[in-house]
Amino acid sequence: MSDSPKPTNPNPTNPIARYREARKERIDSLAQLSARDRVAVGAGAGGPGSDWTPSPDEVSVTESGTIEEKPGVSLWRSAWLRLRRNPVFLLGLTITIIFVLVAIFAPWIAPKDPVTGYLIDQVRRQTNPVPGPQPGFPLGGDHLGRDLLSRLIVGSRQTLIVGVLATFGGFIGGLILGTLAGALGGWVDSLVMRLVDVMLSIPSLVLALSIGAVASRPSQWTLIIAIAVVQVPIFARLLRGSLLAQRSSDHVLAAQALGIKRGPIIFRHMLPNAMGPVIVQATLALAVAIIDAAALSFIGLGDPDQRTPEWGAMLGQAQTYIYDHPHLAYYPAICIIVVALGFTLMGESLREALDPKTRR
Amino acid sequence: MLRYIVRRLAQLVGVTVVLSMLLFFWLRSLPGGPVNAMLGERATPDQKARLEAVLGLDQPLHIQYVAYVGRILRGEFGNSSAVLPGADAMDIFLARFPATIELSLVAVTIAIIAAIPLGYIAARRHGSILDNATIVGSLVGIAVPVFFTAFLLKYWFAVKYGWLPVSGRQANLGCTRITKFFILDGLMTREFDCAASALKHLILPSIALATIPFAVIFRITRASVLDVVSEDYVRTAEAKGLTNRVIRSRHILRNAMLPVLTIIGLQVGSLLAGAILTETVFNYPGIGEALVSSFRGRDYAVLQILILMAAVVFVLVNLIVDVLYAVVDPRVRTR
Repeated sequence: MSDSPKPTNPNPTNPIARYREARKERIDSLAQLSARDRVAVGAGAGGPGSDWTPSPDEVSVTESGTIEEKPGVSLWRSAWLRLRRNPVFLLGLTITIIFVLVAIFAPWIAPKDPVTGYLIDQVRRQTNPVPGPQPGFPLGGDHLGRDLLSRLIVGSRQTLIVGVLATFGGFIGGLILGTLAGALGGWVDSLVMRLVDVMLSIPSLVLALSIGAVASRPSQWTLIIAIAVVQVPIFARLLRGSLLAQRSSDHVLAAQALGIKRGPIIFRHMLPNAMGPVIVQATLALAVAIIDAAALSFIGLGDPDQRTPEWGAMLGQAQTYIYDHPHLAYYPAICIIVVALGFTLMGESLREALDPKTRR
Repeated sequence: MLRYIVRRLAQLVGVTVVLSMLLFFWLRSLPGGPVNAMLGERATPDQKARLEAVLGLDQPLHIQYVAYVGRILRGEFGNSSAVLPGADAMDIFLARFPATIELSLVAVTIAIIAAIPLGYIAARRHGSILDNATIVGSLVGIAVPVFFTAFLLKYWFAVKYGWLPVSGRQANLGCTRITKFFILDGLMTREFDCAASALKHLILPSIALATIPFAVIFRITRASVLDVVSEDYVRTAEAKGLTNRVIRSRHILRNAMLPVLTIIGLQVGSLLAGAILTETVFNYPGIGEALVSSFRGRDYAVLQILILMAAVVFVLVNLIVDVLYAVVDPRVRTR
């Protein structure tokens, strides 16, 4: 067992190779590299690795080189080589990049101020509630005479902020719960997983609504927290599963045999291995978060301040004008669909590329 | 078999207990606390003080919790403050629930009828244009929010051409109520115009709602049929010269349906989430619409019962599906 932390990835007798996915094997080799580093530094001269006992300085030199190179040629590199030629992935990537750029530079891209009611003079509650397209206003105005195009552009910002923060919050929550459950096991595991089961047993929108109800005044943060909480059980399950699967992996056993404490094993050896699936899940979760955010704003959970443009809320307001101006709903809906599609395409093809089972 | 059911029931009890605790603390963390939640924000301080004494809010937490569970078991959730002011929250739930069941059942039926044959065909013609088109379609489908589907259906079929009703559950025909399932009532009392009206009101919302389970059932059917087709027993059946129809129904679909069955059960949660949005768009008086209006009006009594029931129904349906699964597939029981 003592020689298992050797960086022998291509060795077919390595038990990890029997592991379901080559992905794991490849990422495990990365963890083994850091395990080797810890052996040499931590155990010093009395290190058990008899075949290779380089001096500590040598390790740190080669280590910095290997760490950068090994994973490069293995998993992510090969995934990238395949993704580079995958039109689905490229489409998703393009949409995502454009969306992020637009969101970041929205105030400079938007032709008009999204809050000022330029066309308010044309709004007649009875005869013409929504000003139509005209020079300077390619999509026309909304019911308060504000420029629709500018509001759509600036609205992307809100979508990006809510989506990213909510997914990040869900990831952090899932990281804490999943690590507790997967690392400690026993009754902590049962307790945490029961909690996760309960959270999963409440339909996502109902859960989000009940969290929104706790806030005395709805705001953008209510929305973010509500969606983050919905994402927590998904990440928690994923991380727990990954940690459990690694528990009896060679690199973990080796680290344990070398007397490394539980904390460092979990954070330096096990969690980095779990990051591949987590990144894929996060990409897909972003798409879900964007749609959920739109749904929650649609039913009125979001920021009650209607000056800040938000796609879901714009769609919700458009319902009032369904009889004569359905286009008010079409534009924000198309934005939501395209952005969600971008993240979905990217996430799905990423998953396919990282999962050898679906390689064609 | 019995042991399996008992084990699953024990799990159900665990989940329900944790759920009730969460709900208890949720209620305490509401703005204004449980008193406001039960009386509504318009209650006088006098009323509040009296209720506080009645509820024993000065007691220690665990005693409060026991009392709370007792109230839940007796179905006492307090009175509605916004959805239907003054009405008992339990009654509102009981009146609204059949509407959502009706909607969900029709939606799931539509989804099953459309998705299973399509999934089967896509799998049998693996790699064909049809197969690829359906995969692309399902990816796009994930990205289209259900409330926009509902909006589109409402605009084109109800608002623009007026073929179907824009909102509501039934036209005002003075129908007799027996079960609160309007279609069933209409058929039972032979008031067929009532049943027809209820059905007409159901078409658009249920199609919008069906898109959610459709995508999932389709994907699982396709994957599951693909798995089964390459099994030895299918090849044996083909070698024996059985007709395609027998192979399809007895060998492929029967085995491929197991995961599909589970996934249909798991859809209950997302169906409810979808129902919240569809019912809102179509002003359909089910529990989804009640959830939104209780949330908007901060009607905590109604909100509380709806959240609890949503979770309980979800867990119960999953239990039933699991048991059904064990009945259909003996291998599950021994696991």
